[in-house]
Amino acid sequence: MLVTTYMQQAYRHALGLVRSHDDALDLSQEAFARVFRHHESLDPERPFYGLVYQVLRRLGFNWTRDRRSRAEKLEKYGGWLVEKQRSPDPAREAELTDLRERLEAAIDTLPDREREVLVLKEFEGLKYREIAELLGIPNGTVMSRLYAARRSLADELEAMR
Amino acid sequence: MTERQQHLLMGALDGALSDGERRDFEQLLETDEDMRAEWMRLRRVKGITDSMEFKMPSDAIWDGYTASVYRRVERGIAWMLLSIGSIVLVSTGLWQLGKAIFIENDVPLYIKGSLLALSVGAAILIVSIVREKIFTHRNDPYKDVMR
Repeated sequence: MLVTTYMQQAYRHALGLVRSHDDALDLSQEAFARVFRHHESLDPERPFYGLVYQVLRRLGFNWTRDRRSRAEKLEKYGGWLVEKQRSPDPAREAELTDLRERLEAAIDTLPDREREVLVLKEFEGLKYREIAELLGIPNGTVMSRLYAARRSLADELEAMR
Repeated sequence: MTERQQHLLMGALDGALSDGERRDFEQLLETDEDMRAEWMRLRRVKGITDSMEFKMPSDAIWDGYTASVYRRVERGIAWMLLSIGSIVLVSTGLWQLGKAIFIENDVPLYIKGSLLALSVGAAILIVSIVREKIFTHRNDPYKDVMR
C-alpha cells in the first residue's frame, strides 16, 4: 500500500537524479526495498517517504558517481523530459524537441546537488520549505543552489545556441 | 550578485516574495543594471523549464512495480540468511580441516607450511580489503548526503 502511494513520486525523483527511465525504476524500487529491510537503522522521526528519499538520493548520487567513473556518456540517457504542449506544426515541433534536448543536456552538466534542487522545484513543483525538509537543509541553501543551477543552465543554453 | 539578490531573484521567479521583498526587488531592478540583465536571463530559463515535464512510463509499468519491490525484499533476506549460513559452515569446516592437518603427524611438513602460508595470505588480504573500505568510507564525498 505504501509503495503504491509513493511509487510514482519516487520514480520521478529517481528520474531527476539519474535521467534514465530503466535506472529510475530500478533505483526507486531498490530504495523501497532497502527501507523495508533496514528501517530500524533509519531515522524514525522522518515520515515514510522522507526515508525513501534519503535512501534514493544516496543510491542516485552513487549511481552517478559510478557512471562517471566508468566514463560513460551522459548524452545517451536523453529523453527523460517531454514538452507539456505539442504543436501540430512540424517546424515548431522540431524546435521544441531541439529545445528539450538542449535543456536535458544542460541539466546533465549540473553538479548533483544543484540538479537535485532544480528538478524538485521545476518538475516536481515543490515549495522551498518542502525541498528543505526533504533534503534536511536550510531554506537559504535551497535558494542558493537553485540560483546556481539556473545560472549554469542559462550559461549552458546560451553556449549551445 | 549578493546572496540577498540571488534569493530575491529566485523568490521573484517562483512567486515566493512577500510584499516587502517584492518592493525591494523592484527597486533593485530599477537601479541595478546587472540585476536586470540576470533577471531577464533567468526568466528565459524559467520559461523553458516551465514548458517541460517528466516523461512518465506507461500504466503497465506500475502494475508490476509493487511486486518487484517485494521480490527485492524477499531476495535480500534470502541472500543474507544464505550468506550467514555459508560463512558459519565454511569457517567451521576450514577450522576443523586445519586443526586435523596440523595435529596429524603423517601430513608432510611442506603441506602444513603451504596451508599456513595460505591462511596468513588470506588473512592479510581480508585485512587489506577491510582497511581500504574503511579508508574509502572516511574519504567519500557523498557520505554526508545521508542525513
